[in-house]
Amino acid sequence: MTLANRDILSIQDLADEDIEAILDTATSLKEISTRKIKKVPTLRGRTIINLFFEPSTRTRTSFEIAGKRLSADVINISASTSSATKGESLLDTAYNLEAMNPDILVIRHGSSGVPQMIASHIKCPVINAGDGAHEHPTQALLDLLTIRERHKTLTGLKVVIVGDIAHSRVARSNILAMRKMGMVVTVVGPPTMIPVGMAQLGVSIHYNLEEALRDVDVIMMLRIQLERQSQGLFSSFREYSSLYCLTAEKLKNASKQVMIMHPGPVNRGVEISLDILEGPHSVVLEQVHNGVAVRMALLYLLLEGGNEDSN
Amino acid sequence: MNSATLEAEDIKRAITRIAHEILEKNKGTENLVLVGIRTRGVTLARRIQDKIAEIENTQLDLGILDITLYRDDLGAGKQNPVLKATEISFPISGKQIILCDDVLFTGRTIRAAIDALMDFGRPASVQLAVLIDRGHRELPIRPDFVGKNIPTSKNMKVQVMFCETDGEDRVLIINSKD
Repeated sequence: MTLANRDILSIQDLADEDIEAILDTATSLKEISTRKIKKVPTLRGRTIINLFFEPSTRTRTSFEIAGKRLSADVINISASTSSATKGESLLDTAYNLEAMNPDILVIRHGSSGVPQMIASHIKCPVINAGDGAHEHPTQALLDLLTIRERHKTLTGLKVVIVGDIAHSRVARSNILAMRKMGMVVTVVGPPTMIPVGMAQLGVSIHYNLEEALRDVDVIMMLRIQLERQSQGLFSSFREYSSLYCLTAEKLKNASKQVMIMHPGPVNRGVEISLDILEGPHSVVLEQVHNGVAVRMALLYLLLEGGNEDSN
Repeated sequence: MNSATLEAEDIKRAITRIAHEILEKNKGTENLVLVGIRTRGVTLARRIQDKIAEIENTQLDLGILDITLYRDDLGAGKQNPVLKATEISFPISGKQIILCDDVLFTGRTIRAAIDALMDFGRPASVQLAVLIDRGHRELPIRPDFVGKNIPTSKNMKVQVMFCETDGEDRVLIINSKD
């Protein structure tokens, strides 16, 4: 099995069969994390550099654990402790890291397009671990895996994505991935948070959360980015949560089999109420659990999946 | 030129004999477990499991091993099949493991399988059962139970077919013309 592309910068880099292969491989790899000795020798001698210019708990740890469970050497660099603070440019940082011969560079950055820009200048494969408001492809893949495990299929499932769609890289990657897999996607949020062009992506828009939740299979809540409140996208947290916070009351017409997702970190009581977050429909921790398997699958497929071009 | 060296009846008799030999050597079924290497090693293990159940009235535990992650030729440019899961749902420490595969050739698959098993615990012993031993070992590995020894040249292909995966029981020798 070979992926169509050597960099994972966007869901658009992946063919439909790539997504299937990544999810199948991830499912097979989950068993390793249940062992007492959680390690296989597959990527022994390979080096993975996590280059994070933005804070992260889940994604960075998940990539690190994924690499280590496959026996790769994993190095973490965060911007606050790197020479970026001395004014070193992004590209210089990338060139210098490449000079130390890593096998994969995992990049998170607050600006859209940084992983793409770096990938176009260096030979080492790049995985986008979230760039600005652009994309977060590994999050979408772990979300698809979590959905497929619960519903046994993806095609035809109805999903609503709720919150700040315009600024969410999670929403963008998920919309692209879900549409590829034949899912029916609706976005819900205040008009200020819904970007233009949703129709071109085959996505419908709804402004009333309670109505939008009727008959859906999956509800994906997004984090309200506290740092954006000053931009006037909504007047107050209280107003936002009275309309868009997922509560038992708003869920009363939803299906019994509905699953509730959130990419984290959660603002409890703002976008989702505490009882729902910890309730039986919530799969938030399954998402985190699956994140390790999906990242193991990507590292494995990029480095060892076989390559028809090589000798 | 292709020729069938084992037909369905031959395979059946070989597996019956292997089952008896396993029971004889291990003096019964105590602490005995089977582990099959994907894909056709699993079928062989299931057949042995059924045969032992018939003889001794005991159902042995059966594990499934995918050795892809332990291969020594990963990244060597070969196309790997999509990875499948390893399923060993019982503790293996202290067990007599019968490791099953369809064809024994260079021994590299078995090396990988032994490494994988050791990550799950410390078995009392690992014994190797194969349907066909075709020679050409590259590592110091030998089988404990063999269905049939078939001398081959290196460019021949030995294809084991089982009803469960291939629609019929048969072993073919395929002469590939270089």
